Amino acid sequence: MTATKKLLIGGLGTLVLFGAAPAFAQAVAAQYTYLTFAVFGAIIALTMYVTYIAAKRTKTTADFYAAASSVTGLQNGWAIAGDYLSAASFLGIAGLISLYGYDGFMYSVGWLVAYITVLLVIAEPCRNIGKYTVGDILAFRNNPKVVKMFMAISTITVSTFYLTAQMVGGGVLVKTLIGIDYEVSVAAVGILMMAYVIFGGMIATTWVQIIKAVLLVTASILMVILVWAPYGFSLPGYLGDVIKDPKVQGQVARLLGDASKNMTPAELGQRFLEPGLLLKNPIDQISLGMALVLGTAGMPHILMRFFTVPTAQQARKSVIWAMAIIGGFYVLTLFLGTGAAMKVGAARITEIDRGGNMAGPLLAQYLGGGADSLLGNLFLAFVAAVAFATIVAVVAGLVLAAASAMSHDIWVGVIKGDKATGEEELRAARICSVIVGAMAITIGILAKGQNVAHLVALAFAVASSANLPVVLLTLYWKRCNTGGVVAGLVVGTLAAIALVLVSPNMTYPLQVKAAQEKVIKAQDDRLAKLNADLPMLTDAAAIETAKKGIAAAEKAKAAAEATIKGLGGATTSMVGLEKPLFELRNPGLISIPLGFLAVFLGSLLYRDRRAEEMWDELYVRSNTGIGRAAATAH
Amino acid sequence: MANQTLNWSAIDADPRFKALHAKKTAFLWGLMAFSCVYYFLLPIGAGYFPDLYKVKVWGPINVGLLFALSQFIVAWGIAWYYTRRATQFDAMADDIARDAYRIGVKK
Repeated sequence: MTATKKLLIGGLGTLVLFGAAPAFAQAVAAQYTYLTFAVFGAIIALTMYVTYIAAKRTKTTADFYAAASSVTGLQNGWAIAGDYLSAASFLGIAGLISLYGYDGFMYSVGWLVAYITVLLVIAEPCRNIGKYTVGDILAFRNNPKVVKMFMAISTITVSTFYLTAQMVGGGVLVKTLIGIDYEVSVAAVGILMMAYVIFGGMIATTWVQIIKAVLLVTASILMVILVWAPYGFSLPGYLGDVIKDPKVQGQVARLLGDASKNMTPAELGQRFLEPGLLLKNPIDQISLGMALVLGTAGMPHILMRFFTVPTAQQARKSVIWAMAIIGGFYVLTLFLGTGAAMKVGAARITEIDRGGNMAGPLLAQYLGGGADSLLGNLFLAFVAAVAFATIVAVVAGLVLAAASAMSHDIWVGVIKGDKATGEEELRAARICSVIVGAMAITIGILAKGQNVAHLVALAFAVASSANLPVVLLTLYWKRCNTGGVVAGLVVGTLAAIALVLVSPNMTYPLQVKAAQEKVIKAQDDRLAKLNADLPMLTDAAAIETAKKGIAAAEKAKAAAEATIKGLGGATTSMVGLEKPLFELRNPGLISIPLGFLAVFLGSLLYRDRRAEEMWDELYVRSNTGIGRAAATAH
Repeated sequence: MANQTLNWSAIDADPRFKALHAKKTAFLWGLMAFSCVYYFLLPIGAGYFPDLYKVKVWGPINVGLLFALSQFIVAWGIAWYYTRRATQFDAMADDIARDAYRIGVKK
């Protein structure tokens, strides 16, 4: 009888465990998802109200593309921050810091330094020369039809790479946070973003980005105060506690493996604040740094923001505000990341998401009172909703940039030869937004489960190797002309894409298989040892630990086997390689000089009288703002 | 359009514009070069001089952490410094813009 009873209890226990298991797979426990939906609903309602107001004000193409150049520097600074701080920076960098300490923080620096390029050499000339799109800047002194066509293709390429990364990342994120289906969340993000862009154009997009940036900064400041205040806001006191934490020390030991055998716990903790836990290849770091520092200034959705302010002075002011907000935010991530490492622990963070993306949300839950408290889950829900708003705002900016290139550059500039009425162009812009939005949803759903991390690197690589050289040299080099622009865009784009296709970013089945086989072998050894030890154990607690170990090893082994099975019979990467041809994950180091070189050679080999004749006018306008084409209604 | 009456090459050749161009070019590219060098020292140092980064300065805070934090201060400092200088450039540009229609027009 007792045996049956035990069996029954055991069975029930297992059932309960299985029932609870899905709740563990998502950050917000099932009984609290209503909180998340409530906060999501509130944010969506607010942005929809803003879109409604914006839609009433969106009457001309100037309103739709550039918010009639009526945005102030302060507003635009917040909007740039909202456009730029994607879920990857909000969740990703905090996650990297929580898992890898110093290296994660070092990684965040380049994202701010990028704005120095924007501030010093790009923002003001772009405001003075441009109107609605990057193509407009190039068309000023080059053959308008040709450069608009090529620049539009490049804009759409960069935006699509970035967009796909955001859609897939966003879909996974929403699923991880609250457990709604991937397809549903991709469609929800897509439909919301289309509503903002189609009805409210740049005015709505700007305000959605401002709202999102304010929410993001508020949530981060609140979390940092909660995590740092107990130390009287002392930095050494706080970090001293971080490195004393056994969870942090354990994570360092796990990362270092055998190398950590002779280290004391104090040394392990201190190691968390030293470089080298994540980034092993300094050349790759420099290459990434180049892509960030030059790529941000070549991102169409960022450049487009400078057409929304009336003057070069306001453009400058926007970058200053953006740098204050973005930089301040990255400093906060140091506390979010280390706070999560200490309070939540790497084990729990990676249990929910291997990349560490849940560090911030889980820290919020902890700070609010923990996984079982209402306040903790409310705070988590708030942070999850902010993450959702983050994705939607970034995606809206990208779609607007791609749609503007399609309608203003390709349809009006190239196909209609600049002869379209305002109403026709506005309609075209809205139709293009529908096309790009639908494309984003489709790609997002098709790319389910794909490794999209390299797409962000690719977007920055193309922006820095193709867009930035042609914009920079059009603005600053007298000899630059149509030939150089075309050569730069083609060579820069192709070089960046080709180098990424043969880089370690791609999946190489043989390498994956070898790595997983190693895992299987290690787990087999562990299982053999545990199974051999088990009969000799007498202490109940020790038996329990051993059994847990066996279960974990079996789980890890099964996961590795599943990964191998998932590869099917494939032995080569997407482009038919068994191993990478090019060792850098970030191609900037090679592709950026190639892009610049192509602009130089193309310009020297091509004769273009117009480009030379227009130089004086361009250079005077760019430096003085005389005759600026402020985007006002025609 | 008003710009048809503007003589762009004459403005470009105007001594005031030449002065603005010279001052601005040296200042901007100098600042740009400094910021790039300062930034790239961070990954280079982390990669090739890790022992230096490990030197503890203030409690658990080491050279590497201070250097990374200094990147933020330096970036903001550059922005602040640029804004200050840019108001001078603005004044010079305004001066040229005010006279734009008179430059290069035969009296």
